[in-house]
Amino acid sequence: MMNKFSGKVWKYGDNVNTDVIFPGKYTYQKMEPEEMAKHALEDLDPGFVSKVKEGDILVAGKNFGMGSSREQAAIAIKYSGIKVIIAKSFARIYFRNAINAGMPAIKSPEAVDAIENGDEITIDMKNGKIITKNNEFTFPAYPKTVMEILESNGLINFIKNKIKKQEDLCQKKQ
Amino acid sequence: MSKTFVEKIFTKKAKKDICAGEIVSVEPDFVMSHDNAAAISRTFKKIGVKNVKYPERVVIILDHEIPAPKESSATNHKEIREFVKEQGISNFFDINNGICHQVFTEQGFALPGKLIVGSDSHTTTYGALGAMSAGIGRSEVASIWATGELWFQIPETIKIILNGKMPEYITAKDIALYIIGQIRSDGADYKAVEFVGDIVSHISIAERMVLCNMAAEMGAKNGYVQPDHTTFDYIKERARTEYETLYSDKDAKYYKTIEFDISKISPSIAKPHTVDNYAPIEELEGKTIDQALIGTCTNGRLIDLEMAAKILKGRKVKIRTLIIPASWNIYREAIKKGFIEIFIDAGALVLNPGCGPCLGAHMGVMAPGEKTFSTANRNFKGRMGCREAEIYLGSPLSVAACAIAGKITDPRRFL
Repeated sequence: MMNKFSGKVWKYGDNVNTDVIFPGKYTYQKMEPEEMAKHALEDLDPGFVSKVKEGDILVAGKNFGMGSSREQAAIAIKYSGIKVIIAKSFARIYFRNAINAGMPAIKSPEAVDAIENGDEITIDMKNGKIITKNNEFTFPAYPKTVMEILESNGLINFIKNKIKKQEDLCQKKQ
Repeated sequence: MSKTFVEKIFTKKAKKDICAGEIVSVEPDFVMSHDNAAAISRTFKKIGVKNVKYPERVVIILDHEIPAPKESSATNHKEIREFVKEQGISNFFDINNGICHQVFTEQGFALPGKLIVGSDSHTTTYGALGAMSAGIGRSEVASIWATGELWFQIPETIKIILNGKMPEYITAKDIALYIIGQIRSDGADYKAVEFVGDIVSHISIAERMVLCNMAAEMGAKNGYVQPDHTTFDYIKERARTEYETLYSDKDAKYYKTIEFDISKISPSIAKPHTVDNYAPIEELEGKTIDQALIGTCTNGRLIDLEMAAKILKGRKVKIRTLIIPASWNIYREAIKKGFIEIFIDAGALVLNPGCGPCLGAHMGVMAPGEKTFSTANRNFKGRMGCREAEIYLGSPLSVAACAIAGKITDPRRFL
């Protein structure tokens, strides 16, 4: 995971649900992440996918990602180019899915109020700062486990590394 | 120190003192998945572990697209059947069983004091039997298959007290929609919810399942009803394993307590496009509807079909009416009780147990401009396969009344 993100903001409102982020009709289709990305926010903002740029930042109101547990709602956004999401709050499963996909999900109601659509902002993960045109906002550090998952670029890599470490340890003992 | 139910279950699992807010890695007792087990098995293979660590803890129930409506779903199912064979997963329920949350419960996996996770947001349902159960993502299931464990953040608990006397025209669904209308869709975000009070101790397991199922729509991590004689009667012949019942301490610390008197509420409706867009039925009287849907993991149980039969008996439906029992066991019971015949005589379509139209996958997809009145738990835009369609949510009584009238109408007219 990078320590600093800078990009243009895509701002949306409260209660953006997983059905509009990644429609249910696609959830049981076999898709690679790149293909999932083509449907990101399809039923909320059909123009998003063609205009989003690598490194952009998604900003949303409260309860972002409510609804289904479908992980594609996090993966589709990550692979659309968005590197980080800031929201007033996140729905629980979405928060987990974002972290597990290696995409930071940052809760900061104050920053969301201050940021406007199209703003250029910077996020400093190491020091827990969101830097906007006129302001700076802080957010608390993630717990250790969450940070390790983000640093591994997601849960699956985190598990892989963990299993490998255990195997290496076993081999050394032998 | 006194503890809530969730703090107790994680204290037991982690074998150390655990309080709300902490993060722990522990081993769930069961991990449930459905058609998404195909995608999970592909992620599992990427981890590089050959065998599922505890195959006996894995439960897979096909329900989302059954029977397969297209080649891609058929391929998913095939992949899952091969995977369960290869991994020796015996708790596999193919397309002839029913909706995962119903099958999981009636097959005796949902038990007091168990820690259960599933790759479906309505996994919260098993709290009706006193389990701690929460929805998780696909990668999380894959990592449990590989390692047996998962990280959890321990939630604070909201106590919801339901007082009053339940009128015969009010169902658990009306109560749930009413609560969600009050506390909104993020009213319990990241929190555990305990349902207590006179109403809760008097309702059946099926109705408690509605409350815990709908806890997901409040944003809750889990819903919970304290086990009592109703619970123990239900699981007596079903329990698959030993279990240890856990209760919240009397002086446990709650995040907040909310009290509702439901004696005077009206049948409830959630208007498009969010579950917290509450209205009493009177407000929508006369609204024309194109399709009625009775079923899903929320309201496809015998008591729900009984309510529908009460209204449909001897009458004819005016709109397309789909009825989906939640499992084949329920279907069989409904045949014995004569409900299925009532539905067919009324002109309804009785479909095979499964998730079907609820998520827009197949069977009962809507056209632009159409409106469905459904007993499901979600009415998000596009949910039933069409972004220009509208979904209203209500109880089986209200939806059955609408099927007869062709428009939303108070079910009290037919009782």
